[in-house]
Amino acid sequence: MHPAFSVIFLTTLIGAGQGLFLALFSGQTYSAVHLLPAQHSSFYIIGSVIAVALLIGGLAASFFHLGHPERAWRAASQWRTSWLSREVIALPIAMGLVFFYGLFHWINWEVDLFGNQLPGQVTLIIGALASVAVFLLYLCTAMIYASIKFLQEWASSLTVLNYLLLGGASGFTLATALASYNAPTLVGFYGGWAIILTVAGLITRLVSLYRNAHIKAVSSVQTAIGIRHNRIQQKAMGMMGGSYNTREYFHGKTASFLKSIKYIFLVLVFPIPVILLVAGMKADSSTLLVLAFVTQYVGLLFERWFFFAQANHPQNLYYQTI
Amino acid sequence: MTQLALVIDLNVCVGCHACVTSCKQWNTSGAAGPLFDDNPFTKDPTGTFFNRVQTYEVGQFPNTETLHFPKSCLHCEDAPCVPVCPTGASYKRDNDGIVLVDYDKCIGCKYCSWACPYGARELDEQQQVMKKCTLCVDRLYDESLPESERKPACVLACPTNARLYGDVHDPESEVSVAIREEGGYQLMPEWGTKPANHYLPRRKTKVHIHEDELVRVDNPLKKEDIRHEISTDITLDDWLM
Repeated sequence: MHPAFSVIFLTTLIGAGQGLFLALFSGQTYSAVHLLPAQHSSFYIIGSVIAVALLIGGLAASFFHLGHPERAWRAASQWRTSWLSREVIALPIAMGLVFFYGLFHWINWEVDLFGNQLPGQVTLIIGALASVAVFLLYLCTAMIYASIKFLQEWASSLTVLNYLLLGGASGFTLATALASYNAPTLVGFYGGWAIILTVAGLITRLVSLYRNAHIKAVSSVQTAIGIRHNRIQQKAMGMMGGSYNTREYFHGKTASFLKSIKYIFLVLVFPIPVILLVAGMKADSSTLLVLAFVTQYVGLLFERWFFFAQANHPQNLYYQTI
Repeated sequence: MTQLALVIDLNVCVGCHACVTSCKQWNTSGAAGPLFDDNPFTKDPTGTFFNRVQTYEVGQFPNTETLHFPKSCLHCEDAPCVPVCPTGASYKRDNDGIVLVDYDKCIGCKYCSWACPYGARELDEQQQVMKKCTLCVDRLYDESLPESERKPACVLACPTNARLYGDVHDPESEVSVAIREEGGYQLMPEWGTKPANHYLPRRKTKVHIHEDELVRVDNPLKKEDIRHEISTDITLDDWLM
């Protein structure tokens, strides 16, 4: 497939935003049961603002993908059958709940709903709802790709797992960098989980790379045109100047270019951020932690580019030669 | 239930592209607006087409055969492009099974084209909406046209009658009989999309002549020539004489 930068930015930005929110909320939940020291609300407010900004950035990027963005509201109508439609619904809901999570931290509205004197009950409830929305959004985003059964590189539960783990890893890395500025007691917690998620993401991504390298194509030129002969060559595709079919489904790069992108993302997303996270936590350096997030995010842009480029659409069987 | 479709006979298609040009002519002149054409007469021409004729070479020289292969939307009975559409712009009509795009609802997200394994959908880069073969739905029910012309433009244009049009759910229709009796098949059956359009395979007409058809062993004219050995046994003639 031809990788579209609009979708690359959409999936990586919202993935990091969702991960950052999950980090904020897990930090607050842990501190509510006194596993972690409580934080000043400003940490959650700033974190929520960044998470909402990332989600808005992703939404804005997605509009560049559309031919008619002014009609985008229609995309919420087919949620019964279309994962894209479900994402269109889940994204604003998640965005809104994360916004309210930050807002209620800001207005600091304390109600003792459960009668146990626990602080921040309102934000914990909104946060729990937002977490559900965030997990559903990860599912919807990944299922857009995983549900197209004949794009065999995508049609796997590994796609869902990768979107979840890689988004979560970048979000927790961002939370580590953020905590180093205004919640230093949480740096170890976030950094530890960022490393765990990054390593888990490395494992699932390697498994999916292995799976895709050994994929056996279901369709062939024989099934595409229905002629049973071992040797079939296309001599003409019906046009000489190219068409949507030759532009949308081919990445137009060489195999060695594709391979180099794979090695770039494998280095930028996994080992370098882990090294920077460990070094940043050891040296107590915010700069190194910010650098860890930036490296990982840039690496994820390469990862997403590769994800799209690697998918081989069966329609390409009809467009082998001019 | 009706399922209108095309049946394309690869045995008689000569690859003249008349179906391509007639399709483009009819559909670029309709109420939905022109089909995009960029640099049609200069370098790097490109544009939106509903139908293409491709050419394949089957076999290795000298045992090769050229196959001309027209490809348009197959109007799948279980069309994978329809449920993925987030706006409902892509739909399959209940009354005749034609898969259509509502150009006023399409947001141009391209997701349906990803979900079509045949590459039958093309984004019109000027109107920024997804376009595809409509089976000339604006001809089929137009009572201002003579009844013989209420057919897709490509079917009318085909000089060798390689394109048949009709209801593939009616077992006695021309297309159903052709599929049943001439070995009609579907493209990429492995994905379970159940394409309504079918293709008729290349068929070689061969006459089988057996040797006994050239030299009749039971030719009655040759019976006379059969000489029998003289019997030494006593016969009725011997007894009478």
